[in-house]
Amino acid sequence: MEELILIAKGAEADLLLDPDWNGVKALIKRRGEKRYRHPELDREIRRQRTIHEASIIHRAKGAGVPTPVIYQVDPDDATIVMEFVEGERVRDIVECLPGEERRRLFKVIGVMAGRLHRASIIHGDLTTSNIINTAEGPVFVDFGLGEVSSETEKRGVDLNLMHRMLTSTHFRHTEELFAAFEKGYRESLGEEAEEALERMEEISRRGRYIERE
Amino acid sequence: MDVLTCLGIESTADNLGVGIASSDGRILANEITTHVPEEGGIHPREAARHHADVVGDTISRALATAGITSRDLDFIAFAQGPGLGPCLRTGATAARALSSYLKVPLVGVNHCVAHIEIGRLTEDAVDPLTLYVSGGNTIVTGYEAGRYRVFGETLDIAVGNCLDVFARAAELPYPGGPAVEELALKGEKLIPLPYVVKGMDLSYSGLLTAAMGELRKAEHSLEDICFSLQETAYGMLGEVTERALAHTGKGELLLTGGVGANKRLRSMISLIAEEHGAAAKFVPIRYATDNGAMIAWTGVVAYMSGVRTPVESSFIDSRWRLDEVEVPWRS
Repeated sequence: MEELILIAKGAEADLLLDPDWNGVKALIKRRGEKRYRHPELDREIRRQRTIHEASIIHRAKGAGVPTPVIYQVDPDDATIVMEFVEGERVRDIVECLPGEERRRLFKVIGVMAGRLHRASIIHGDLTTSNIINTAEGPVFVDFGLGEVSSETEKRGVDLNLMHRMLTSTHFRHTEELFAAFEKGYRESLGEEAEEALERMEEISRRGRYIERE
Repeated sequence: MDVLTCLGIESTADNLGVGIASSDGRILANEITTHVPEEGGIHPREAARHHADVVGDTISRALATAGITSRDLDFIAFAQGPGLGPCLRTGATAARALSSYLKVPLVGVNHCVAHIEIGRLTEDAVDPLTLYVSGGNTIVTGYEAGRYRVFGETLDIAVGNCLDVFARAAELPYPGGPAVEELALKGEKLIPLPYVVKGMDLSYSGLLTAAMGELRKAEHSLEDICFSLQETAYGMLGEVTERALAHTGKGELLLTGGVGANKRLRSMISLIAEEHGAAAKFVPIRYATDNGAMIAWTGVVAYMSGVRTPVESSFIDSRWRLDEVEVPWRS
């Protein structure tokens, strides 16, 4: 057996790369134990979140949003084995893409976000770090904070996070990228998009998120 | 430079506190008078009446403890928010009166900022991630670019409120938190209760409802319910705190607020700090509960960096958010 390679160590879970998982390259997401929590409670939380995340990834596919293929879910070990998506994080390539391609990509991302919301899926961490650009187009990853809901407030929070990301990290192209995103989002979500976008504006004005100079 | 002396008045909830601090970092007095309701929780009007009755005496006691007279005060600080309106107004009125009578400046202080600043002073913390848990607040915060940023907070009721209301329903003696803690020591069975963490935020209202439901059903012992309530409530705090600590990479973890006296919560905080290579720091209860010393000390640091609150803008703000406050003394 080849060694697992630690890709990322998060507060919630570790990401490991298995170069040869039954013949394929696979990503293993494992929610580690939390010593501070009561062991029984800890096991139950990790178990539930593992099942929940896998089911949301699955649900997203049904909505027409590309997500990693799930190979195996082991709730007792709090582990999901999934496809290792080959590509680059959108966050890392935005600045290098030519203008036309950049806008096209963000329109597609907007369409996908609209599809998620239309299927009552909230991503929970909708940033350009969690979208991988592949030869076949963007793939959405990390639904660890995802939930099933069609509340306008939650949609607004998703959108606000994307908008903040574009403002802080991709500040050179904030407006054109968000305009492209918005166009795609409206296209796939229809009338409900207006409400969600308005809520996003409102959320960004609340004290919690605002950056007053 | 001369050493300046500040008197601070705290009156955001059931405590009326008067503290005196000096600009060389000494706490000269910290007098607290608590309003204990005859029944039920804090009634804002009753608590305010109590504060108005005792504020004069408490100020005199603080001055006597410090061994100074009112003429030695260089400025007056008061908790301007957040908190219960009538209570805040009582403290603010006393502060304005003192300031105009003594002809010294007035400094409005944010209660949550004060909890952090007194912890930094007494525990020698430089730049901690702070978990502030009490009957009215549940906040995970740390300094970042000019302000104390809120990384996580409760979406509904505070963790201390959840424990207090539960304790009253279980007819446990006042104060509720320690009573629940004592019973929890004898509990061992974990009853499933709602564990609600949404991203970085927490929710305690569902947990309270479920725990009260268990109380009514009486299928489990009170000890087991208290144990499960604590494990769930503090497990949630641990998760959000750990995430914020990992995210900010800060080297100190400061626990403050009345709930911070809980031993189980302290042990969780120690474990989390240890795993992330941070130092766990616990603010002693007399400075962790609502008190006047923290207002006086924060008044000092604010005053030294030029903050003044003219009477005409000294209105209280019962919803004044921690992350709206500029903290120039940290930059």
